[in-house]
Amino acid sequence: MTTTSTRPAVGATPGRRTPSSGTRPMVTFEQANRRLKWALLTPALGFVGLMIVFPLAFTINLSLTDAFGAVNAGNSFVGLQNFADALTDTRRFWPAVGRTVVFTLVAVLLETVLGLALAMLMRKPFRGMEIVRTILMVPLLATPVAIGILWMLILDPTNGIANHLLGFVGIPPQEFLGSVSQSLPTLMLIDVWQWTPMMTVLLLAGLTTLPEEPEEAAKVDGANAWQRFVHIILPMLRTTILTALVLRGVDALKTFDLIYATKGPGGGSDFEAETLNVYAYGLTFDYQEYGLASAVLVLFTLFIVAIVVVLRRRTERSAS
Amino acid sequence: MSASTTYRTLRAVLIFLVCAVIALPIVWMIAAAFKTNVQVTDPTVGLVFSPTWDNFRGVLADGALVQSLGNSLLIGAVSTALSVVIAVPAAWAVGRFRMRRTGSMVLVARIVPAISLLVPWYYMFAQLGLVGSHLVLILSHMFVSVPLILWIMIGFFEGLPVELEDAARTDGLSAFGAFLRIALPLAAPGTASAAVLAFIFSWNNFIFALILADERTMTMPVLLFNFMSYASTDWGGLMAAATLMTVPVLLAAVFGQRYLVAGLTAGATKG
Repeated sequence: MTTTSTRPAVGATPGRRTPSSGTRPMVTFEQANRRLKWALLTPALGFVGLMIVFPLAFTINLSLTDAFGAVNAGNSFVGLQNFADALTDTRRFWPAVGRTVVFTLVAVLLETVLGLALAMLMRKPFRGMEIVRTILMVPLLATPVAIGILWMLILDPTNGIANHLLGFVGIPPQEFLGSVSQSLPTLMLIDVWQWTPMMTVLLLAGLTTLPEEPEEAAKVDGANAWQRFVHIILPMLRTTILTALVLRGVDALKTFDLIYATKGPGGGSDFEAETLNVYAYGLTFDYQEYGLASAVLVLFTLFIVAIVVVLRRRTERSAS
Repeated sequence: MSASTTYRTLRAVLIFLVCAVIALPIVWMIAAAFKTNVQVTDPTVGLVFSPTWDNFRGVLADGALVQSLGNSLLIGAVSTALSVVIAVPAAWAVGRFRMRRTGSMVLVARIVPAISLLVPWYYMFAQLGLVGSHLVLILSHMFVSVPLILWIMIGFFEGLPVELEDAARTDGLSAFGAFLRIALPLAAPGTASAAVLAFIFSWNNFIFALILADERTMTMPVLLFNFMSYASTDWGGLMAAATLMTVPVLLAAVFGQRYLVAGLTAGATKG
């Protein structure tokens, strides 16, 4: 881009050339290039800031009003009424909170355990490793909407291959996404299918950075494979596991595409798969309840931030 | 000796099973794209059948699908290119000037639920008359790709030896010159993997286009979603469209696996 090539002038200080070709420039890098630093940072940080600061302020402001129908139509300040409405709503809000928490806990827990198991299996090089790694990349890069549709075909109660295969082992046909009670567990399993490889990739990267000596020493001392895993590898991998949990957990809490693509508005006719994100989406774009929707979103954001802060603190503690 | 052979065999079997579980649904989707609509809904038709291109012909004859394919490519390419231009220099600045705390501010963008931004964005961009334009979709996708590229590249620049740039500077290059001539070329592989990931994230994005696009600027995931709501019986067509969506991803996985892993795990292993 032509605009960036005009920018070096800002930081190009002619007097930079230091006479001594010694170990260090005379003025520190930081001092000489303060303006350059900000010239390079401002476009990116400014863009993200503009896209987030005003919108968040707008949403917080809306959450304190009775905005309905159109955001720019007149609305009046109602204080914390929307928050009170949301927090006392046991029909939609609290069940959605419950589903969000259950979905995230179960899916992420399974993904971590399975991902770690697979990473341990793949730790030592083997023939075909590159092919396996390539296969692992596919679900985590694939479009969630396409994944949803694909699983709808597989899990179709009457024509799907899943029930056909279950028939071979004598299990009666299941409703899967077509039933109220099975929808959320089915969605969790799809999530596990799609994101376990992500956990494996992250944990495998962490595993390869671990030093080998502690494990070798434990081996010499007669520790078996399980003992070495529990007492040597797991503690050393703690930071990586916690970081992966944060990354995956945040995304799992916000899962929208898969649920909306397979279950539609409201997470189904009985709201059986309605998580907080789906609920907030429906309030906003189907019901135009901007005030209440904003309150739900503020609560949801605070909830996610709280989880991230707690996990980050644990990560830092385990890293030090 | 025999214990380790047993372990190796067991490991091979387990890894093979996992691969099968991961790959078969994708294989099933691609196979279904080549089946007639009678075959798609007959689970006894497995992976052996005489393939037909009819589903692909059908969806590609649909002007809306071709248009949305074009939209997805355009929005993905432009948002990624612009994000690289602003995020890579910023990442270098964060890495070289040790401003990790400033850099990690952009992680807020990953935490906040996108829906909480969509109403204000819609309002904001409606005031500017931009809702439904390609520009608004490019900007919204950049909101994802700028932090992504920034985060990946910070780690990458921190991993480059600073001595090379120091040497270039003592030879008379400015700090920015050292960035342009030394660090940037060295960061090319990292930039490529970050860019491919950013493109895929844009390609996959559903929610922004769901709200901010109109008929003309609709992207593939939204079209696929709409297609499903009104043509849920045309499984063959749906699978052909879903397969078309998955092709770039498959190509990226096959040809760029190593780089993509580096990009995905950037920052994750360091915290």
